[in-house]
Amino acid sequence: MTLIDTKIACFHCGDDCPDNQITIEDKHFCCNGCKTVFEILQESDLCNYYDLNLHAGTSLKAKNFNGKYDYLIDEKIQSQLLDFQSETINKVTLYIPAIHCSSCVWLLENFNKIQKGVFTARLNFLKKELSISYNPQQVSLLSIVELLTTLGYEPNINLQSTEHQPVTNKIQRKLILQIGVVGFCLGNIMLLSFPEYFKFDLKNSSDFAFQKVFLYLNFFLALPVFFFGASDYLKGAILSLKENFKKNTNILSVDIPIAMAITALFARSCYETFINQTAGYWDSMTGLVFFLLVGKWVQQTTFNYLSFERNYKSYFPLAVKIVGEKGIFKNISELKVGDIIEIHNQEIIPADALLLSHTSLIDYSFVTGESQPVEKEKNDLIFAGGRQIGGKIELIIQKTVSQSYLTELWNNDSFKKEKNIPTTELANAFSKYFTYITLIIASLSGIYWYFNEPNLVWKTVTAVLMVACPCALTLSLPFTMNATMSIFGKNKFFVKNQGVIQLLTEINEVVFDKTGTLTENKNGKIHFEDGVLCEEEKSWIAQLTAQSVHPMSRIIVENLTPTLSTGKGVLNPLLWRGQGDRRFGEVTKEITYFSETKGSGIEGIIDGNFIRIGSKDFIGISEKNTSSSQVFVEINREYRGFFTVKPSFRENWQGVLLKLKTTFRLALLSGDNESEKENLQPFFENNNLKFHQKPQDKLDFIAAEQANGNHVLMIGDGLNDAGALRQSNVGIALSEDIQAFSPACDAILDASKFSKLTDFLSFSKISLNIVKASFVLSLVYNFVGIGWAVSGKLSPVMAAIFMPLSSLSVVLFAVGMTYLFAKIKKLT
Amino acid sequence: MSILIYLIFAALTVASGFLISFFWATKDGQFDDTYTPAVRILFDDEKPVENHKEI
Repeated sequence: MTLIDTKIACFHCGDDCPDNQITIEDKHFCCNGCKTVFEILQESDLCNYYDLNLHAGTSLKAKNFNGKYDYLIDEKIQSQLLDFQSETINKVTLYIPAIHCSSCVWLLENFNKIQKGVFTARLNFLKKELSISYNPQQVSLLSIVELLTTLGYEPNINLQSTEHQPVTNKIQRKLILQIGVVGFCLGNIMLLSFPEYFKFDLKNSSDFAFQKVFLYLNFFLALPVFFFGASDYLKGAILSLKENFKKNTNILSVDIPIAMAITALFARSCYETFINQTAGYWDSMTGLVFFLLVGKWVQQTTFNYLSFERNYKSYFPLAVKIVGEKGIFKNISELKVGDIIEIHNQEIIPADALLLSHTSLIDYSFVTGESQPVEKEKNDLIFAGGRQIGGKIELIIQKTVSQSYLTELWNNDSFKKEKNIPTTELANAFSKYFTYITLIIASLSGIYWYFNEPNLVWKTVTAVLMVACPCALTLSLPFTMNATMSIFGKNKFFVKNQGVIQLLTEINEVVFDKTGTLTENKNGKIHFEDGVLCEEEKSWIAQLTAQSVHPMSRIIVENLTPTLSTGKGVLNPLLWRGQGDRRFGEVTKEITYFSETKGSGIEGIIDGNFIRIGSKDFIGISEKNTSSSQVFVEINREYRGFFTVKPSFRENWQGVLLKLKTTFRLALLSGDNESEKENLQPFFENNNLKFHQKPQDKLDFIAAEQANGNHVLMIGDGLNDAGALRQSNVGIALSEDIQAFSPACDAILDASKFSKLTDFLSFSKISLNIVKASFVLSLVYNFVGIGWAVSGKLSPVMAAIFMPLSSLSVVLFAVGMTYLFAKIKKLT
Repeated sequence: MSILIYLIFAALTVASGFLISFFWATKDGQFDDTYTPAVRILFDDEKPVENHKEI
């Protein structure tokens, strides 16, 4: 039970109930949304939901979706979303970020019991995807989506939802199959090789017959290992050799020494089996391939429930309403210049457009980095990506979506080329020397034995090639990096792949974005400046502003009304929801006079006090440094100060910057104005502290720094950082909700762990050192093995014990050291 | 002792059966989502008696 003080937890979501008014029987609810969900579930006998997890639901406060999904009526838009469409059955896959516990799985998979016409609902928990098949004659997609939203499982439908990705992961499946097949063969070959380990008397005729059967069986079992399990290594080696012969490159990929070892093992074992009729090295070969494949699998493990590849398409809505024709919706990619569109509260403007309505307040914080909402007048140009706050507005499109100011960024070259991943680079650099040294040792020992004991030439040469496999080398890298990734993941720092960790070690410059990165995104706290207000005065202002529909009034009401801020976290005034005046309780005083001048201010008399609230012109203040989101207050003809939405900096941001400053060059690129310059000055060099930066400027700055030989780490959060994140060596998106939209990046950092940034950077260096240490360890093993091989003493049994043992110990060393250091650095 | 040969072939045949079912399972997508089924299996088919946990 979540009882805080005397507050009552909502039966549905566990939030505090502001009062005791919303109840069913003995159950309390925090809002009507939660109550509705409970009623729906009760009706369908699905209250099991609450037995599985207490307070399983998501809070439905601040959710307002009326008409938001109306575009799903449109047949054309619908068909773009559906996976399969026919007269009696439609299939759709919806991405639902709110999925968080087993109750969600249970409820959503029982969705067919709530909604008639739904056949089945299957959930993929990790990907947070719900696949629904339904009968379009009984239920529409719109009502399914709306019911899901009512239940608190709002699907995320955006422009990218229409691009269907292939459901099956072919590469991953092939790897799993390879591991399965090789594992099967490995087990059987080891079993059949067992007699060999005990050196039975092969002169005995019946034992000899068995031995022969075992040998041939081993050969047949090894065939799929060589041709199927190891096929990727062999193909990779051939490809790399071809490139080398064409003189395209002089890098010998790490596949070459691996393929050399596997081929040597295979050839030598065939020779032993068919010519000598003695045991080959089948077990060693199969074990080697098995370990390599497991290493590869570990390397591919990623946080597949996170998306690192989002572009503007997953930020924009799928469709907008076109004004003029009745009930017509258009996919925003089909918008034409001249179309008139309708945008509601909290919706995103999809393309550059002129404002047709009188005024509007646009929140650009995500797009340009401006921390304060911008007020726009009629006929002002509004850039795509802004979020409308307040009522409904009409706009006339000036540019198509793909040519908008914001989306043009994606036409930049840096978005077209793939970032190179250096996971294999380290291994490749190593493998060049490794290959040549192995070949030299093999031929030297061959020459030596040719003059001393010619019948040992073949044996020693193959033995050297077999034992000098970089297996342990290639394993230590993925296992160390995988351990590092999961340690980072536990600390809510999610890297895209293993290569990112390696890139992190090379960083020498860190570039920050301001809005949403150094400052909190969900700030929106109203600050009253230039004076002080007492509680009574605040309640007067709250009551007066409650009469107005102007967005700034709403923000003020939201912040000055204490009962609303009892919920979780910081209150976000941008998520406004209409509510009655019940909130003011007993303090409500009579308003005897009220008047609003649209777009400039309100005035009124409350409890005999004359109060005026509004812009500087309305109040009559001649200050220069003002912005549209400043609201001035006058009580009884006396200027008292102004309200402003001010971003608050993240916890410990100064500590992080100071720590980073000792080892890295620092820079700050903000799209915002210079109002915070004084606070930031101590941490950045003067020419590295830039304001009023457009997305393209940010990208160019990073490209210029890279041209100077710097390895740049970019930390940003918004769409305006997308170009910079992409151009940088490592782009980290800071996010307050890791499931929410974040631009394409190499890593996602949960905002709550921002202060650990320096730890992550230093730990990535430690893990690379661990890799290097395990390289040395495996080289020691290789020298021991080669020592045996050149003397011609490497027997199949020795190889079968030595090779897996060296690989395993290197892996254990690497992983153990990683976790040990994580513990020392307090990252676990 | 020649019974061993039969034994080994029988064992291999049985094991191959499992290998084939492993192929089938992979192709069927059983390893695509390794989390949800583990949650799903814990749910009862029918709803137990009402009386939800008291708050």
